Amino acid sequence: MTPEFLIGNLTLFILAIFLGFELITKVPATLHTPLMSGANAISGISIIGALIGSNVAYDGGETALSGLLAFVAVVLAMINVVGGFAVTNRMLNMIAGKKRGGA
Amino acid sequence: MEDWIAVGYLISAALFIFGLKKLGHPKTAPFGNQLGATGMLVAVLTTVLSMQVAGNANWELIIAGLILGSLIGYWMAVKVEMTGMPELVALFNGFGGAASALVALSEIQKFIADSTTVPEGLELTVTMVAAGLSALVGWMTLTGSMLAMYKLKGGIEVFGKWIKTPTWGPTWLNPVKILLFLGVIALIIASIEDPTNEQYLWAIIGISCILGLILVLPIGGADMPVVVSLLNSLSGIAAAFTGFIIGNSVLIIAGSLVGASGLILTFIMCKAMNRRLIDVLFKSFGGDGEKQSLTRTKVGSDADEVAMMLDGAQKVIIVPGYGMAVSQCQHQVKEFADLMKEKFDTEIKYAIHPVAGRMPGHMNVLLAEANVPYEQLIEMDEINSEFPDCDVALVIGANDTTNPAARSGEGPLAGMPIIDADAARTVVIIKRSLSVGYAGVDNDLFYMDKTMMLFGDGKAMMAGLNTAVKEI
Repeated sequence: MTPEFLIGNLTLFILAIFLGFELITKVPATLHTPLMSGANAISGISIIGALIGSNVAYDGGETALSGLLAFVAVVLAMINVVGGFAVTNRMLNMIAGKKRGGA
Repeated sequence: MEDWIAVGYLISAALFIFGLKKLGHPKTAPFGNQLGATGMLVAVLTTVLSMQVAGNANWELIIAGLILGSLIGYWMAVKVEMTGMPELVALFNGFGGAASALVALSEIQKFIADSTTVPEGLELTVTMVAAGLSALVGWMTLTGSMLAMYKLKGGIEVFGKWIKTPTWGPTWLNPVKILLFLGVIALIIASIEDPTNEQYLWAIIGISCILGLILVLPIGGADMPVVVSLLNSLSGIAAAFTGFIIGNSVLIIAGSLVGASGLILTFIMCKAMNRRLIDVLFKSFGGDGEKQSLTRTKVGSDADEVAMMLDGAQKVIIVPGYGMAVSQCQHQVKEFADLMKEKFDTEIKYAIHPVAGRMPGHMNVLLAEANVPYEQLIEMDEINSEFPDCDVALVIGANDTTNPAARSGEGPLAGMPIIDADAARTVVIIKRSLSVGYAGVDNDLFYMDKTMMLFGDGKAMMAGLNTAVKEI
């Protein structure tokens, strides 16, 4: 890892944090739970790390524990991602779907 | 990293940003959610394709893991009752935090198993710091979210016995939290010197798990939405730290986006409850054992009596609370509204407190499920001025959110905005008993002369009331 690579990643980190602060401004109370749930599904992005980890780990023979951990991470992250988006969708259909029908 | 992989991750990050933005507005929220899901699909496909191109994809394992997780997640999301929604969000959040922490642990295990692969210099420092922080935040999120889930449920069933989730937090616990936190930081610094020391590793994991528990333990159930939102923010941060370990840009971007926007959402939710985050976290509130004992009594009414009073009412405002969610009586409530409209041409509105139920928006979801028109659901600030012209306020299983004690500026409820149900000409309250709510404060509303109490389960009482109204 070169210092430039680290600085690049730190730049992404800091800028994304600022962006996240600006992204959410005024949110009606009705949307608090769906927004939380949708953001939560996005935090399941560690699925990418888990996939890479489980794949690389199983290539070598010596790293069984490491691979097993990454495999468990794939399952947990996938539950987070699929369940999170599905449950958010269900909530939004109930809130926003009715609004369109009623208006 | 090849260029096209970076482009794939960039597209995915852009979709997350648009998705989060759209999720904040009622009209675009469903589209925002779809954008987020698409972003995730792009990220996963990019990763899997890059493995295929590199020729080292382990397909059986990848597909098994992806399918297993998807099925479990989808099944849980579809299966859950609307009342259980908040708990499920907490649980998913815990899984996300754990996944990030597990990836970090897996990376460390790699070079513990084969010490020739231990990184050196800057890479070692970055890896150990990021792995340590990811473990701290990730395991904390897991245990904290699990406890938050059981707090939302109110308890846990063990061998058929219902055990109430405890709320316990003496003031000396706060310095302990800080000490444990500093302990983890010290362990992380030590682990840079000795990266293959497994004892440091397990100690960090153990302390982080304990930290998650004792952070949530003192917080009362009424504040759980704020805590879950904060834990959601933390699970994003955990993903970002994991991104530093494996040097992956999309993890860093998506993780820190969720971390920051989750924190803002936490502040917005605190504001809706008129509380400060620092008070929520470090001053225990509600259910701390110091509940007021009841010294007053009130004679209950019956359904026929209430129905007679409702005869010819011009305007009725329904105030739903957690009791409606627990007894699942939203359909009976809707039936009542239809009956009143039909028989007396009554104007019906619903007063929605921002934190009614166990999550913001909880009531909206339940009432929408019962086909209540959206425009009848009025937020607290707008409806409060209408109570003086309203004949009857029908409070269904709401307590703290209507308690006039909140106006007094004293006690645990001080300053929380409430629904002004007490301004209505008559107040009807459906509740199991006179017992205090989450905040542990006796409610003056119950004892007012114009208040009629219907003691019992929400569903049974609403059904009885509907029958009585039909018979008028």
